Amino acid sequence: MANKKLTIAKRQGTLRYQIRKNKISYVMLAPYFILFFFFTVLPVLMSIIFSFTDFNVLEMPDFVGWKNYIKLLLEDDIFMVSLKNTLLFAVVTGPISYILCLLFAWIINEFKGKLRAFLTLIFYAPSISGNAYVVWNLILTGDRYGYLNGLLLKYEIINEAILWMKTAKFVLPVLIVVQLWLSLGTGFLAFIAGLQTVDKSLYEAAAIDGVKNRWQELWFVTLPAMKPQLMFGAVMQITQSFAVADISINLAGNPSINYAGATVVTHLLDYGSTRFEMGYASAIATILFLLMVGTNKLVQNMLRRVGD
Amino acid sequence: MRKRVIVDYSDRKWVPFWQRAKETKLNRSKAGNGLLFGLMFICGIFMALPLVMIINNALKPLDELFQYPPKIIVRNPTLENFTDLFVLMSDSWVPFSRYIINTIIITVGGMVGHVIVASMAAYPLAKHRFPGRNLLFNMVILSMMFSWTVTQIPQYLIISLLKINNTYLALILPAWSFGMGLYLMKQFMEQLPDSLMESAKMDGAGEFRIFWTIIMPNVKPAWLTLAIFQFQHMWGNTGGTFLRDEELKPLQYALQQIVQGGAARAGAGAAVTFVIAAVPITFFLVAQSNIMETMTTSGMKE
Repeated sequence: MANKKLTIAKRQGTLRYQIRKNKISYVMLAPYFILFFFFTVLPVLMSIIFSFTDFNVLEMPDFVGWKNYIKLLLEDDIFMVSLKNTLLFAVVTGPISYILCLLFAWIINEFKGKLRAFLTLIFYAPSISGNAYVVWNLILTGDRYGYLNGLLLKYEIINEAILWMKTAKFVLPVLIVVQLWLSLGTGFLAFIAGLQTVDKSLYEAAAIDGVKNRWQELWFVTLPAMKPQLMFGAVMQITQSFAVADISINLAGNPSINYAGATVVTHLLDYGSTRFEMGYASAIATILFLLMVGTNKLVQNMLRRVGD
Repeated sequence: MRKRVIVDYSDRKWVPFWQRAKETKLNRSKAGNGLLFGLMFICGIFMALPLVMIINNALKPLDELFQYPPKIIVRNPTLENFTDLFVLMSDSWVPFSRYIINTIIITVGGMVGHVIVASMAAYPLAKHRFPGRNLLFNMVILSMMFSWTVTQIPQYLIISLLKINNTYLALILPAWSFGMGLYLMKQFMEQLPDSLMESAKMDGAGEFRIFWTIIMPNVKPAWLTLAIFQFQHMWGNTGGTFLRDEELKPLQYALQQIVQGGAARAGAGAAVTFVIAAVPITFFLVAQSNIMETMTTSGMKE
């Protein structure tokens, strides 16, 4: 009986049949997606619901409709400052970091064996060593003993020590520089791995077809062959550039001088972990989410054209 | 199908990079090599700064650690900081080996489990066609864009509801479902030619077999990279609110407690910073040297 039903379903190519036919695919997906549902999907949905409430973590949330969003977009001046900083930060560091990751991964790929592993470590060091901010705090120390001040004073570029992180106009540029120095992270390692999987015979074929130097080889052979990794790198770059916060909190403090280092996520942390206004913090997260989704759409469309 | 070309460097003797480029890679100019080598050298100095500082600080005697302005390079290297650290470790309330075991369970469990579970889900997403495929994949991508800070509280509630609070599982299970791992694995698997699986299917191999014996070896660089990320992430976990019992806390937590002892423990603190960085770096180096050229993909693309 069931068999007969199935043959009918098969003839009709229905969803039921499709699902049955691919049973094994769903079995393979199940462990991951069950966990994913509990630990990611549900929390995200709950946060979005919280964004329509007044929620102080301890008491039950109160439904308030669009109030958080209205306050956020129309009344919160600091949010506007932080949004402007974040966008500026993302527009500058996003593309540059991405290109740096690709460039250095590609150069390192020219090396072989142990030397290659060592070079990878050196360039990944800021991401793995755990003391990146300590280093920069030393460099940026505000008195004349700070390394940067010392150097600039010695060559008489400046006359007196600058309080780098307490002077509003320096905060964002310095954060951008530090971020660029930190940029060889997830995307970088993914590109290194991706370069390993490029079919070597493609290079020989390309040489015969008239590719003359390594730059042409990069554009016409390597990059198109690495498209999946390029897409991955872009998504990671977007999530990192827009979610910037640690670097600002560790170097400029939260709140920073005149909010010069405020970003969307530092603003979110201010409400979420300092003031316990989770409803409002969730509204910030939702807006940031929409911003990233939009940017991602744009970037993915651009990347499809690589190598054309 | 293109003719199979095998590029095998294994019998070649080691030649320096600047001499080798011309013979093993096509289309490489001397000037280009020089330019790139120079660039790497200059940038490398800046990038290595945190490592140089960790090593030097760990070897500094106390008077050099407190010197102001601080010098980067150590003058009278000593291992005193490490002996201090061992003394502090040996008189902790919970035996220190306990913290080490906890960390091994959490780090290895979180890493190995995630690599397997995420890869197994990535395979059908990359290579099978079935209803709901795009929906599931897009959900994973979108989830990475939602700020982790606000989802922590709902996540805590769910972990409490599942009654896995204050167990290793509270750290391990959420780590298995990170979005990035699935995305990374899926992108690499997508590149593999379908012919690879079809011939195995003809030989009667089931999907699990294909996944384990054909797909995974071919994306070795990907899962080794994922293992690095996950190791680093799990190693850095202090247990936070999820582990309350002292006997369950990981090494990271215990070490940070030592650093919080203040100025009196500056020496041991420098040794702690070294240990905290040295373990993931060792893992990183082992994994990176294993990301060798995977010969199997060579010449197999259509």
